[in-house]
Amino acid sequence: MSNKESWGSRVGLILAMAGNAVGLGNFLRFPVQAIQNGGGAFVIPYLVCFLLMGIPLLYVEWAMGRFGGKHGHHSTPFILDSFDKRKMWKYVGVFGIFTNIAVAAYYCYLESWTLSYMWHSVSGSFSGQTQEQVAGFFDQYISLNTSEPVIFWVVCLFLNIWILSKGLSAGVEKTAKIGMPLLILFGILLAIKGVTLKAGEDGAINDGVVGLNYLWTPDFDSIWSVKVWMAAAGQIFFTLSVGMGSIHCYASYVKSKDDIALNSQSAGWMNEFVEVVLGSSILIPIAIGYLGIDKVVEMTQTGGLGLGFKTLPYLFQQWGDVIAIFAGVMWFGLLFFAGITSSLAMGTPCMGFLEDEFGWKRKNAAWAFGIVVLILGLPTVVFFREGVFDEYDYWAGTVSLVVFALFEIILFSWIFGLKKGWKEITDGADIHVPLFFKYIIKWVTPLILCFIFVFSLPDIWSTIDHTATKQQISYAKKPQLLIDENTGIIGEILSEVPDSSIYKSDHVMTDEHLNKDQKKAIFAVRNNQKLYKEFTNDSFDLVQFTTTQEKMMLYKNISRPFLLIIFALVAYMVHVAHKRRQSSFIK
Amino acid sequence: MNTSALIMMIVTEAIVTIMTIYYFVKVLRTPARDPQNDSYSETK
Repeated sequence: MSNKESWGSRVGLILAMAGNAVGLGNFLRFPVQAIQNGGGAFVIPYLVCFLLMGIPLLYVEWAMGRFGGKHGHHSTPFILDSFDKRKMWKYVGVFGIFTNIAVAAYYCYLESWTLSYMWHSVSGSFSGQTQEQVAGFFDQYISLNTSEPVIFWVVCLFLNIWILSKGLSAGVEKTAKIGMPLLILFGILLAIKGVTLKAGEDGAINDGVVGLNYLWTPDFDSIWSVKVWMAAAGQIFFTLSVGMGSIHCYASYVKSKDDIALNSQSAGWMNEFVEVVLGSSILIPIAIGYLGIDKVVEMTQTGGLGLGFKTLPYLFQQWGDVIAIFAGVMWFGLLFFAGITSSLAMGTPCMGFLEDEFGWKRKNAAWAFGIVVLILGLPTVVFFREGVFDEYDYWAGTVSLVVFALFEIILFSWIFGLKKGWKEITDGADIHVPLFFKYIIKWVTPLILCFIFVFSLPDIWSTIDHTATKQQISYAKKPQLLIDENTGIIGEILSEVPDSSIYKSDHVMTDEHLNKDQKKAIFAVRNNQKLYKEFTNDSFDLVQFTTTQEKMMLYKNISRPFLLIIFALVAYMVHVAHKRRQSSFIK
Repeated sequence: MNTSALIMMIVTEAIVTIMTIYYFVKVLRTPARDPQNDSYSETK
């Protein structure tokens, strides 16, 4: 056991743990999820999921980490192994290393975009550009027309390796102590600017408050929708970084007599502050201020990434050259800090495993992590447009988290037993942990996780089968199917809307005469019409379209074995480590 | 802003901000039990 790392201070640990949780999703994903799932009413299922799933999983993962740390383990295979004699748990724990490597493989690329965009904001690359030019810059960037994206990606990887090789206290903690306060400061300044936007000033067409109003207006009907609850549960998973193994690893450096209950709550709520308070006050108010509600709703159909990288740099230019530089640095700076504090947390469990089980030095372990991420991440960089990035994100950043969290909560509350488990949570606690969490951890959280997993199965199958892509190809081959679908939507939902000119209206989302379903139907119809026009256009090349889509499916299929190979390799290393432990025990 | 949006925003943001500050202040104010033997190298 060569691992003698420790945290420098309690505040440092909390900031590092909060930094692990705070990621790009806090600013780009949460506001989009909110406007797509009931606006202000989304926070009801969101906070309920936080209470019934997020907080319990935080308690469980911190407790498991500290318990494993007592036995000298700092990665999930052997942390889970210390809870039960059965061999299988160490292989379940492989998820806790695999997920971190696979997510880091694509996440570091995303992180490098923020670094690059910060540089371009300072150098004035976006100055004087039109919105199309700024959007085009992003498209060119991810097409790898120059070597710049690769250079920034490698620089970003080196930065991660360098910080990780400095160690827990001098590297990870120090970065969190600098990054988190700056992130919050930048977030507050941008939120103030976003919320105080005035229509008519600097080209804004709406007050910033219009965006806030749109985001927070509750649609209470939505809370009866299973889809909205799934979206809320999914967001809680992503935002807290539970089910990854990084929380276990950080907590494993906490001594047995020290608190984990208060620490976990402080870090968890800090993440919520960044997400709910800051995350909701920047992207949407600024975007709606300049582009209007309908345009933003349309743009968010493909997620928040486009808005964050394709639109905001252009909107910042409207504030004048100097403020645009500061705004760009603050926006991409806060995204960068959010990203790097998370990617460092992904490296630590892998390093902990190599240091604990194979006696590697910290520096070598950091390099090993960096090289594996470089190799595994290369397809996400080169074949980004072919969907490899999304494929990694789906399997490692979505499915794996749920599977691992389900296993760990069963292990903790049913196999290890909640009597002992509750003692682990409350030992040394600086706060009173409400007793009802004992029952939530035992019954409610596992049930919610089972529910999420079962309801995700159709989606998992359609991803394996590429159902959506195959449907796109069939639409392209027979565009009239889209029009048939339009007729169906119109017949079913829009039949009572008297004015057919509604399709041409630019104010669908603000039209009080339309209900939520009608608004959604109008966007669906418009989208179908757009696709129909595209597919029936003279310049549309069906063969090229089909080839591209089939190529995407092929690249996605090829990327899957990469992930499986990494999983198998980690499992093999765990097996070897187990054998080494056994032989050293016999000696 | 309409009333329902305002209420949702203020209530949610107030809950989240108060809880964040409450827990963080509690962390800052809670003294280490045994500074010689705790998890943090800077307190020793």
